[in-house]
Amino acid sequence: MSSDQPFITDESQVVTETRDARMTGQGDRFNSRLREAFGSSPFILTKFDKFLNWCRGSSMFMLQFGIACCSIEMMHTYAVKHDLDRFGSGVPRASPRQADVMIVPGTIVSKFAPRMKRVYDQMPEPKFVVGMGSCTISGGPFQEGYNVIKGAEEVIPIDIHVPGCPPRPEALVYGVVKLQERVANGEASPVTVKPYELEEFSDLERDELVDKLADQIDEDELVMRYNFADSP
Amino acid sequence: MSLERPDTTDDAAIERTPDELEALLGDLVVKRDDHLNAPGFVIRPDTVQETLSILKEQAGYDHLSVVSAQEYENRYESIYHLKKFDDPTQEVSVVVPADKDDPVSESAEPVFRTADWHEREAYDLIGIEYDDHPDLRRILLPETWQGHPLSMDYDKDRPQIATLPEHANPLQEHYKDSESDTMFLNIGPHHPATHGVLHLKTVLDGEQVVDVEPDIGYLHRCEEQMAQAGTYRHQIMPYPDRWDYISAGLLNEWAYARAAEDLAEIEVPEYAQVIRTMGAEMCRIAAHMLALATFALDVNGDFTATFMYAINDRERVQDLLEDLTGQRLMFNYFRLGGVVWDLPEPREEFFSKTRDFLDQLPESVEEYHNLVTSNEIFQMRTIDTGVLPPDVAKDYGATGPVARGSGVDYDLRRDDPYGYYDELDWDVVTEEGCDNFSRLLVRMREVEESAKIIEQCVDLLEDWPEDERNIQANVPRTLRPDDDAEIYRAVEGAKGELGIYIRSDGTDKPGRFKIRSPCFSNLQTLPEMANGEYIPDVIAALGSLDIVLGEVDR
Ligand code: SF4
Repeated sequence: MSSDQPFITDESQVVTETRDARMTGQGDRFNSRLREAFGSSPFILTKFDKFLNWCRGSSMFMLQFGIACCSIEMMHTYAVKHDLDRFGSGVPRASPRQADVMIVPGTIVSKFAPRMKRVYDQMPEPKFVVGMGSCTISGGPFQEGYNVIKGAEEVIPIDIHVPGCPPRPEALVYGVVKLQERVANGEASPVTVKPYELEEFSDLERDELVDKLADQIDEDELVMRYNFADSP
Repeated sequence: MSLERPDTTDDAAIERTPDELEALLGDLVVKRDDHLNAPGFVIRPDTVQETLSILKEQAGYDHLSVVSAQEYENRYESIYHLKKFDDPTQEVSVVVPADKDDPVSESAEPVFRTADWHEREAYDLIGIEYDDHPDLRRILLPETWQGHPLSMDYDKDRPQIATLPEHANPLQEHYKDSESDTMFLNIGPHHPATHGVLHLKTVLDGEQVVDVEPDIGYLHRCEEQMAQAGTYRHQIMPYPDRWDYISAGLLNEWAYARAAEDLAEIEVPEYAQVIRTMGAEMCRIAAHMLALATFALDVNGDFTATFMYAINDRERVQDLLEDLTGQRLMFNYFRLGGVVWDLPEPREEFFSKTRDFLDQLPESVEEYHNLVTSNEIFQMRTIDTGVLPPDVAKDYGATGPVARGSGVDYDLRRDDPYGYYDELDWDVVTEEGCDNFSRLLVRMREVEESAKIIEQCVDLLEDWPEDERNIQANVPRTLRPDDDAEIYRAVEGAKGELGIYIRSDGTDKPGRFKIRSPCFSNLQTLPEMANGEYIPDVIAALGSLDIVLGEVDR
């Protein structure tokens, strides 16, 4: 095509049906197969909670949250080939304020646990947690470590555990889909362990350790106290 | 041949015998304590700087690999493992005993910048104090931690308290005047651009970074304690997979295998060496692919496509590795003395799959060049940003692609050969740019070199006579290396020199197991690259370092 000729749409190449219908005001763009299946009635009857749960379970925003080795497999789960998005739950959000689900992919150590708790607290309700890998179950291969928290459940409540070291992406997909199923059915998981809390330093019960640290930590600073001797 | 080093003729490159070194150090040497890999000189704790500067200035030992510290029944001890960048087979260990009741030793930081973090770690985990150290604080554990966990009388059941502090701006008072005011910015520990749980304490003046301090330890999983609690033969091998977990498992396993095999004098059959070499290079490709993917993503969010492409290629390598080892990520494939099993049957299928992968690789690399390196935005963000001059890189003990991107020609596969590398034809890649772009280029070109290596290995394996396929040497069920034998051995991991120091104590478990992590040293260079630059350049510099927190924190 020479450049001085104006660009002309070849009408015969364009599917004009819907366009024509809209120009004459007769088309209904919102008509769908589903709509046809319901017949003429514009109403369906369901419980509001049920409907809301169904919505919740069908579209979950994940928190973009990487900790350790498992997060590599988590990335693979999000990316091509495994593509978690197929199940309506693959959009990672960088901010906890926009996320519904937190996948905890890895070992949690003493320095990180308070931060993880903080991130969890920043997520809006209702929020769900998938624990990925043995480390989030019990500390996994590092259970004996002096610095390792023996499972994510000591810090935050977990809804679904996906075992493995690391779980394959398929396993994580299964775990997430299971979670969606439970959310859609309105089922909640009980919390099984009394978690470590973030609390102000002055609220801690006084003992030898607290006395010792008293001049290092401010009264109102948030702290987490680990009682490793009582850990499972 | 391409594997030969350029000639170096200056004084420092001359190889000296241990006795000549002892003469050079003169009175500084209290006694000799040789290690399996190097002569060792015991010195007094107040002569560290003097000794190290003589070795550095006059004998050319310009690379402080690692400082390993430990506690004995009657003393503390720090060992400085020195090498030469020009010839890493020339090694020397400087052993510094410190008093049991008052473990103080002079800091090496004024001589080698890299000693800064290494000594902080020794202080944190073992409890040795370093005189003259610029900033002796805990580095891996929370500041409020009680006790030193790798010292002898540590009780791991005692309760601990960790804080969630509000960070004060360390420079504010200093910078405050009517015109300028600094701002403190926390990056991480939960942040998509930090590649895991790294925390950067950044101080900004406008858009410019005045000071950045990496705060690590959010993934300190006690790897050294785990290794010290495991038996040599089988229980340690699974852990290396989890140091650098970006699919670089076999490379890490090799580090342990090499150190332990040399310690126990195990000879690995040639056939197993070829398989190891092939597997290790597959891991390198996978690791560099992820480095590329995440780096592109860090630099410009629009590179999500690159991320998907790179992950796609990783999936292909991981498939091969899964066929070979049975796992996608945590291979646990090496054994002391060889590998756990032979190539998968039918062998032809595995070979043709591998060949298919290698055949399409040049095309993918081409694609990455089109997508990423020739992209104008990408170039603007990476060329001449995050500059790391070679002498600074050396001073910090940077190795791997980070050093090679600054023109430091150092690759242990060639310089301190192990496995089958010295029989194969490949090149060490270096770039002279010293910037973020060079570091990426090094990785991309290394992928091509790795492909070359794999191809040659496949050729070798295909023609290997069936009755000579010996995958494992005869290794006794329990290994008990001689009491008090010490060794430091390193391999070229995906990120650089990954070394291991083992001291045996006569039992079937190591007395001390110290990991020299390349990322730990590489990350230390970040302030050099970032101070004075803009915030986005910090992110680019961090991405180009390609750290993995599992290995930084161990
Ligand atoms: S479960 Fe295994 S793979 Fe996952 S974080 Fe823990 S050690 Fe790593």
